[in-house]
Amino acid sequence: MNSEINAIELIDVTAGYGDRAAISSVSLSLAPGSLTAIFGPNGGGKSTLLKCIAGLMQPWGGNVQVLGAAVGMHAKRVAYVPQAEQVDWSFPVSVGEVVMMGRTPALGPLGRPGAADHAAVSDALGRVDMIDLAQRQIGELSGGQRRRVFLARAIAADPEIYLLDEPVTGVDPTTQEKIMNILDAEAARGRTVVATTHDLACAAQRFHDVVALAGRVVAHGPAQLVLDQAVLEKTYGGHLVPLAGGGVVLLDDPHHSHGAHEGHE
Amino acid sequence: MNPLDLLIAPLGYDFFVRALIASALVGVACAIVGSFVVLKGMSFIGDAVSHAAFPGIVIAYLIGAPIILGGAIAAIGTALGIGAITRRSGLRSDAIIGVLFAGMFALGVAIFSSIPNYVGDLFHFLFGDVLGISAGDLLALTLLVFGLLLVLRLLWKELLFSTFDPLGAGAAGLPVRRLDDLLLILIAVTIVISLQAVGIVLVVAMITTPAATAQLLVKRFTAMIQVAALIGVSAAIVGLYVSYSLDIASGAAIVLLETLIFLLALAFTLIRSRIYAARGAAKI
Repeated sequence: MNSEINAIELIDVTAGYGDRAAISSVSLSLAPGSLTAIFGPNGGGKSTLLKCIAGLMQPWGGNVQVLGAAVGMHAKRVAYVPQAEQVDWSFPVSVGEVVMMGRTPALGPLGRPGAADHAAVSDALGRVDMIDLAQRQIGELSGGQRRRVFLARAIAADPEIYLLDEPVTGVDPTTQEKIMNILDAEAARGRTVVATTHDLACAAQRFHDVVALAGRVVAHGPAQLVLDQAVLEKTYGGHLVPLAGGGVVLLDDPHHSHGAHEGHE
Repeated sequence: MNPLDLLIAPLGYDFFVRALIASALVGVACAIVGSFVVLKGMSFIGDAVSHAAFPGIVIAYLIGAPIILGGAIAAIGTALGIGAITRRSGLRSDAIIGVLFAGMFALGVAIFSSIPNYVGDLFHFLFGDVLGISAGDLLALTLLVFGLLLVLRLLWKELLFSTFDPLGAGAAGLPVRRLDDLLLILIAVTIVISLQAVGIVLVVAMITTPAATAQLLVKRFTAMIQVAALIGVSAAIVGLYVSYSLDIASGAAIVLLETLIFLLALAFTLIRSRIYAARGAAKI
């Protein structure tokens, strides 16, 4: 694809729930092959921003372009991974079936999975080290395995754009390492990766770019920005506590109650 | 009378055979849509839609239109109305359902109570009368079951994806809202066609109970639908015999049997998980 066209382009986007705006006047350009973490406080609009890009929310104003066209035009080339809390883990479905869902949109209504689809599913399961668990019901998986199944589903779709809501929240360090290695590899071959996260260390070390979001875009730039005290102060406001010796500590609630609330509306 | 006669004797009556086939078809149809209803957490919608059909049935009766058509229009209208109002009002869907459910049923009762002469036919829709089912109703039920199986066959993977993860499916371009509306229409049609057999008050149990039981027992969606259908059919057939020999209402007999199967399945799963827990503890 033409590298001059941004993979994702938001111009002056405002969106929210009921009468509360979650994001206001957000403008953002993400290039193909970028690996971007969106961080910020609870209720700062991380999930909302991701949903606007995914076409799951209609912005109140502004314009969202994905792969050079209006949202939804290239939906089959976008894979969205919801937060773990938004998934019904008691649903009677196996790991393999979930990953096959990644192939569903491209197959079309009358298409049936063929050899290529089954190969793509095994391939994706192999990349997240879960081949052996293909027949398991998803409720029987650990937290880290649950995140990996959904990543495998996204991989199986072979998308241009990965949109991941909290892909590394609540997972063990080994799983986080695996997930980030895969996302890094996907970005390296030109796929655009956008993930929300609460994990600032992960954002700083494993992503190329970061967006600090607190209702509006506070900063957008290289990953080291998350270590910039001025950016952190503007993003988190009163949740920063100064330490003796000049440092600060962030009191952030990793259970993102706002994210869960947004999901129900 | 020996036990075999108890099974065979009723089969000499045409109305009983018709009722048997009708109950089995209702059992299958309700189990299929019920599996989606249970997994999407929409049991309450089933209750609302069945009650909402009542004014349509009463009005159709008054103006001499086909009763199933009247019920279907009211039920589908309410089902889609619940979805549309929930999306626009910002209220939770259970509140909208409560309002529409009560309002529509009250409308039916108001019109019903204004009818001066005997309306025994309409009472059958409240509590069901599978023994009075006509050949036309039987045909409608058969078409319904074939229609449902056809939709499942054509749209299985789309329905699976959008039921399991509406966000992921929507982002990938599946028409999640239209699939939702299709499900609501199928639920409404199934309910209306089943009303004659089990009645407004009990149809929600026919939809919810076999599917909920099946979810306790199996771990795949396809298996869940099959087990739910098996429970629906067996409870319908056994329930009808029980109803015939003990002379109790057929709908109530079927639903009571389904409830009993549910309780047995629940006890089974609780005991099974205790045994697993004990084995796990023993290993440590």
